[in-house]
Amino acid sequence: MTPLTKKMFRDLWHHRGQMISIAAVVATAIMTVLSMRGVYESLVTSRDAYYETSKFPDVWVQLERAPESLRKQIAEIPGVASVDTRVSFLATINLDQIEKPASGLFVSIDNPDAMLGRLHLRSGRFVRKWDRDKVMLSEKFAITNSFEEGDSIEVVINGQLRAMEVVGVAISPEHMYIVPPGSFFPDNEAFGIVWMGRQTLSALDNMESAFSEAVLTLQAGAVEEQVKADLDELLKPYGGRGSYGRPMQISHQYLENELKQNKTMGTAIPAVFLAVVAFLLNIVLRRLISTQRQEIAVLKAFGYSNADIGRFYFQFSLVAVLVGALVGLFVGVWLGDVMIEMYKEFFVFPNLQYKLSGSLLFFALLVSILAATVGALGGVRNAVALPPAEAMRPQAPARFHPGIFERMGLGTYLSAATRMVLRNIERRPMKSILSALGVSFSVAILIIGLFMFDGVEYMMNLQFNVAQREDISISFNRPLTPDVELDILRIPGVAVAEPFRMVPARFHSGHLKKEAGITGRSVAHELQRIITADGDIIPLPLSGIVISKFMADHLQVRRGDRVSVEILEGRRPWREVEIVEVVEDFMGVSAYMEIGQLHRLVGGARSVSGANVKVALGQQEKVSRTLSDLPAVAGVASPRSTYEIFQKQMSEGLFIGIFFLIGFSSVIAVSVIYNGARISLSERGRELASLRVLGFSKREVAVLLFAEQGIITFLAIPIGWYIGYLLSQAIALSLITESYRIPLMINFDTYVYAAGITLIAAIGSSWLVRRRLDRYDLISVLKTRD
Amino acid sequence: MRESKHLSEEGIAEELPEGQIFQARHLSKVYQMGEVEVVALRDVDFTLHKGEMLVLLGASGSGKSTLLNILGGLDTPTNGHVQYRDLVLSTANENELTIYRRKHVGFVFQFYNLIPSLTARENVALVTEISDNPMTAEEALELVGLEDRLDHFPAQLSGGEQQRVAIARAVAKRPNVLLCDEPTGALDLETGKIVLRALDTVNRQLGTAVALITHNAAISALGDRVVQMSSGRITESTYNAHRASMDEIVW
Ligand SMILES: Nc1ncnc2c1ncn2[C@@H]1O[C@H](COP(=O)(O)OP(=O)(O)O)[C@@H](O)[C@H]1O
Ligand SMILES: [Mg+2]
Repeated sequence: MTPLTKKMFRDLWHHRGQMISIAAVVATAIMTVLSMRGVYESLVTSRDAYYETSKFPDVWVQLERAPESLRKQIAEIPGVASVDTRVSFLATINLDQIEKPASGLFVSIDNPDAMLGRLHLRSGRFVRKWDRDKVMLSEKFAITNSFEEGDSIEVVINGQLRAMEVVGVAISPEHMYIVPPGSFFPDNEAFGIVWMGRQTLSALDNMESAFSEAVLTLQAGAVEEQVKADLDELLKPYGGRGSYGRPMQISHQYLENELKQNKTMGTAIPAVFLAVVAFLLNIVLRRLISTQRQEIAVLKAFGYSNADIGRFYFQFSLVAVLVGALVGLFVGVWLGDVMIEMYKEFFVFPNLQYKLSGSLLFFALLVSILAATVGALGGVRNAVALPPAEAMRPQAPARFHPGIFERMGLGTYLSAATRMVLRNIERRPMKSILSALGVSFSVAILIIGLFMFDGVEYMMNLQFNVAQREDISISFNRPLTPDVELDILRIPGVAVAEPFRMVPARFHSGHLKKEAGITGRSVAHELQRIITADGDIIPLPLSGIVISKFMADHLQVRRGDRVSVEILEGRRPWREVEIVEVVEDFMGVSAYMEIGQLHRLVGGARSVSGANVKVALGQQEKVSRTLSDLPAVAGVASPRSTYEIFQKQMSEGLFIGIFFLIGFSSVIAVSVIYNGARISLSERGRELASLRVLGFSKREVAVLLFAEQGIITFLAIPIGWYIGYLLSQAIALSLITESYRIPLMINFDTYVYAAGITLIAAIGSSWLVRRRLDRYDLISVLKTRD
Repeated sequence: MRESKHLSEEGIAEELPEGQIFQARHLSKVYQMGEVEVVALRDVDFTLHKGEMLVLLGASGSGKSTLLNILGGLDTPTNGHVQYRDLVLSTANENELTIYRRKHVGFVFQFYNLIPSLTARENVALVTEISDNPMTAEEALELVGLEDRLDHFPAQLSGGEQQRVAIARAVAKRPNVLLCDEPTGALDLETGKIVLRALDTVNRQLGTAVALITHNAAISALGDRVVQMSSGRITESTYNAHRASMDEIVW
């Protein structure tokens, strides 16, 4: 071992507290990169492979009914690679063991080997086209309700109760994330996918030799927009509901959102940590080098070159970084595994595993070494620039100036001790500002983490307690006359029934277009209400249409503008409607009209497609069952029960999330404040010892030492609140999607928690340094020359 | 020192005989340096009188600083008894020592130990703000001849000027005793003289007892009494028949 290497290890040992704190920040950075980015990469790789092997479609379209012969014509559309047709519909499943009604998306299967979006068998066997009364179930639904091969399951299709045999359990790339219709969150107990032989299924739905859904893959180089336009044109006479690509496919969309979020956070959080690493190494090395001026001079006098000395300090910081990186590697891989397991709760993959790629590891190491280099640079430059003779001499006393308060004429109000503190902060404004910024990130990280929960909670609460107040929402499997309201009201236990009409439509404005269902209901209805982002309730206007801000932005229209509406059912008329209101809502893309106006818009017979129901207390279960047994009812949903599942999941997630957030935030706060205080102590040890000699007590001296860190922390808190707010805003904006938009809603509590946790971390780190201060040997400090 | 009477572990200490402010009996100090023991003081008896100007002479390592530090409450003896007026320093606790340093004793070291972020005036004010009956910072600085350097920061002062600020800071609280450990050690001859003159002035004008460590024998003429130390012992204690004034000193 060379003497310099020995010196390095001794110096490292001597500064172990600071080195450990820096290594902890590096470890956190590496950990977040490897876990978050690693999970992201694992998900993307796994998903892409799954899409590839299962022939995941590029385009979907639902329609009323088209003859199977049309399939050939679809295949002939330029750009189409392959076509698959299906029959699919929602229907009720009778489950004895659960209180709420269950339903399933029933999908036909022709040939399991040749289909697009091929299923992956988990157990049992595939159903075949000609199988009678055999079904396959989606995995989560089967597991949650304990279905196994050979079990019997009761389904109600078009009012007919049939017992089916479960022959297999499978997963599908089109249903990696399964949400009940109109919902946003999985309810594995009450909703699943049911695959059935095409023959049986078509017979049950009067769809023999016909299909109600087509999926396509495209040739390389095909223009998706053109294919969709051609397809929609072709399907017009058959009640085509408008084709859509992957971005609008629910499962894909949710997974994509999740990935996007993962990527954003997995980039932003490590970046913050690495910036903190660079800053800390910078201040620690600068201090170290100024205390080692003499040693450096002696080394130079003995003939060590600038490069030797530069390398020494660089290696010194590299050790801290590599130790941190190693810890971060292990924790990161472990955390990656844990996160992948959490993803499996929501997203179903055939075989999802956390896999750390060599390139990510290399990248993570490279970036942290880069941070170490940037951090070391300033200090090393100082060390190298020092001529030996100069370095032998003690550093001249630091220069100070009257502070800002004194220049403002407030000097007379300040004690000498207060001036000391203020001037020390002012002397190196950059260091003070960066310290404050560092601490403020500790506050900001908590805010952005907690904001996600605040925002989602706010959104959910508005949606399910203010906007959607029905106990049960039913959808009919065919249009019914409005007087169905009376039939529903006659069911014992039903308190309120409000039928509505939902019409699929495509909105046009210039070349821009957007598909959305138009909900028509009576102005007298009270269960569902239109709410704005601020929670205001908007009455349904008597004429014109109300649309989501998301759609208005997409179509570039405003309140008062007129839009063209292409109705995607019946005689498919094109109409002009005035936008009378644009609401900022959080879920889905909506359009609302008074129901009479909607009937007029669509033309033809007045009909309703579903109803919202409120039941008498304690009657929910009974009424749900009665409703789901009605022949005209396709599905019965209970928005509130989804909300309850969501809340339960969320509070578990909150617990884990908060645990990590507190960890992240504390690592930053502790390392910045601890190092700041240690450096102050080293720079001002003599000054503080003098004060003790002059008769200041230990406490008074500690106050003087920590006042600086205290002021920095107090400045940092509001800055952190603001940065947290801005980052939350950026995150909210980046997460705007069709399915949900998280409102920028930060609870007052969140600000308080964020500040509180940072303060606790600050006090804790001061306490660590205070112990060292108390052990300071007064005389030996004063005897030595600085 | 009323408060310390009640705080002291030994209860109420006897007042020292009239005219004495320090009394040390059988004082010894042993430093444990790993395996070896360094004996810095061996069974030292020592007295300091009110208003006295005492010069401590001795070779480097003879124990002068150790003795002064124990008197100043910066260090505690291994054995023996040391008392300042009615306060037994050898058994006093942290709190009592802090109050003792704050009110009764002033220090001047070889290195000036000024607070670099404070001006001359503020460095002195640091002490006057926590004392009961201080002089003003301006008065203290005038005493050492720095009335025209009030608002200079340490970085803007010469070494001698910095040391005089340190003296002003030490005397501003009107201490009974001033302990000076080689105050001229880092200064050139002429500057050293100015600093010594300031100490002399403080002693004569305020009646503050001064214990002054030096290894420059020429300075001994300045004291009322000269104490010689060697290998941790006091080997000689002599009164000067005539205490010289600064102008009579030649070296
Ligand atoms: N903190 C200490 N630890 C160990 N030994 C010390 C310490 N302080 C002083 N000594 C030793 O005690 C002896 C007396 O030192 P000191 O009182 O400083 O002498 P002087 O001031 O006369 O030069 C010396 O041998 C010195 O090395
Ligand atoms: Mg000495």
